[in-house]
Amino acid sequence: MLTKRIIPCLDIKDGRTVKGVNFENIKDAGDPIELAIEYSNQGADELVFLDISATNEKRKTLSELVNRIAKNINIPFTVGGGINSVDDVYEILNSGADKISVNTSAFKNPSLINDLSKRYGTQCVVVAIDTKFENNDWYVYLNGGRVKTDKKTIEWAKEIVDLGAGEILLTSMNNDGTKSGFANDITRMISENVNVPIIASGGAGTMEHFRDVFTVGKADAALAASVFHYKEIEIPILKKYLNAQKINIRL
Amino acid sequence: MKVAIVKYNSGNSCSVSFALERIGVSAFITSDIHEIQTADKVIFPGVGEASSAMNFLRENKLDKMIVDLKQPVLGICLGMQLMCESSEEGNSKCLGIFNQKVLKFSGDNKVPQIGWNNISNLNSALFKNIDEMEYMYFVHGYYAEKSVNTIANTSYGLEYSSALQKDNFYGVQFHPEKSGMKGQQILKNFIEL
Repeated sequence: MLTKRIIPCLDIKDGRTVKGVNFENIKDAGDPIELAIEYSNQGADELVFLDISATNEKRKTLSELVNRIAKNINIPFTVGGGINSVDDVYEILNSGADKISVNTSAFKNPSLINDLSKRYGTQCVVVAIDTKFENNDWYVYLNGGRVKTDKKTIEWAKEIVDLGAGEILLTSMNNDGTKSGFANDITRMISENVNVPIIASGGAGTMEHFRDVFTVGKADAALAASVFHYKEIEIPILKKYLNAQKINIRL
Repeated sequence: MKVAIVKYNSGNSCSVSFALERIGVSAFITSDIHEIQTADKVIFPGVGEASSAMNFLRENKLDKMIVDLKQPVLGICLGMQLMCESSEEGNSKCLGIFNQKVLKFSGDNKVPQIGWNNISNLNSALFKNIDEMEYMYFVHGYYAEKSVNTIANTSYGLEYSSALQKDNFYGVQFHPEKSGMKGQQILKNFIEL
């Protein structure tokens, strides 16, 4: 049986791992390769690298980093952050990434999703959605959560799947950083209304939260950063717990 | 030992090459027919779309060359699917090394299948030191039917061929290069065939 996936996320700035809360007080947290190897050895099912470098020039170091990651780890990984064109993606996939993730650029130019899936296949196109609940509905936000749109999240999710998204990375801004659990309601709503895998993100604080996002939220994968970085939750212990809770997991 | 990785428009050749480096095998990535023909082992990787991949292989005369190879050949993911009779993806006629068709997943399951799934009924030297129900990493929207060539099964809504073998030709639907230490073992087994 296909298993549910546990995915640590690493924020990358100028080729280094950084840790911070809500993109503030960012501190250098070392070499991404070392952390990636550690997560991989602990049993992470995949990794996500999110490049938060400010300038395009600094992003050039990204493909070199992707190359080093691919040389050193033997599990799949996704690279996101600042991808605007089909050509940006060629470089990243050709350096050894398995999937790429797009967000704001895809919202502003939806045909990018179509172009990417035609050129590289839907399986490597992850579309990330930052969503916030307000006025009784979930809406799409852009630019790392700074720009609100009028688009309802459920509508955008259906559109991107029609355009060729192979997977959706759904981050709830209401939950992100709170450690109070994932947004199971919107996760479930998206998961039941589109036919591609959903990676839930934002809000992980305890092992029970992971259980709930799989059972209640119907997520296919769960992503988290700080609980893993700060070793509040250890991946092998989490996976044993989920297995004991009868959730299908790779031990 | 000369290991050639076939370079074409749908490869994840660099990931495969890195995985081989990790087991101490230095491979070369090439679309040169002579270089491929004279290699000891040939790996035919693939990530992408079937019809455009087949067009590229035909235009570059790689299609007939692959079918005529006599050394062990390992197709990975799309590479394995292209070694089958035909694919529903883009209604493509494929290389016809394995007899079965490649069909699109249907039913309630999410497509593509993305993640770790079990392989079972293992029946090939390719799976030396690999346990029944071991997990491998899969990413695909189309699957190969079961046939006499099937050497491993996987279930996703239905049971399909997650590995195939006929004579010197081997194919795996999963990505051994991304399947941790066990995937690495399968690549090692292939190199040692």
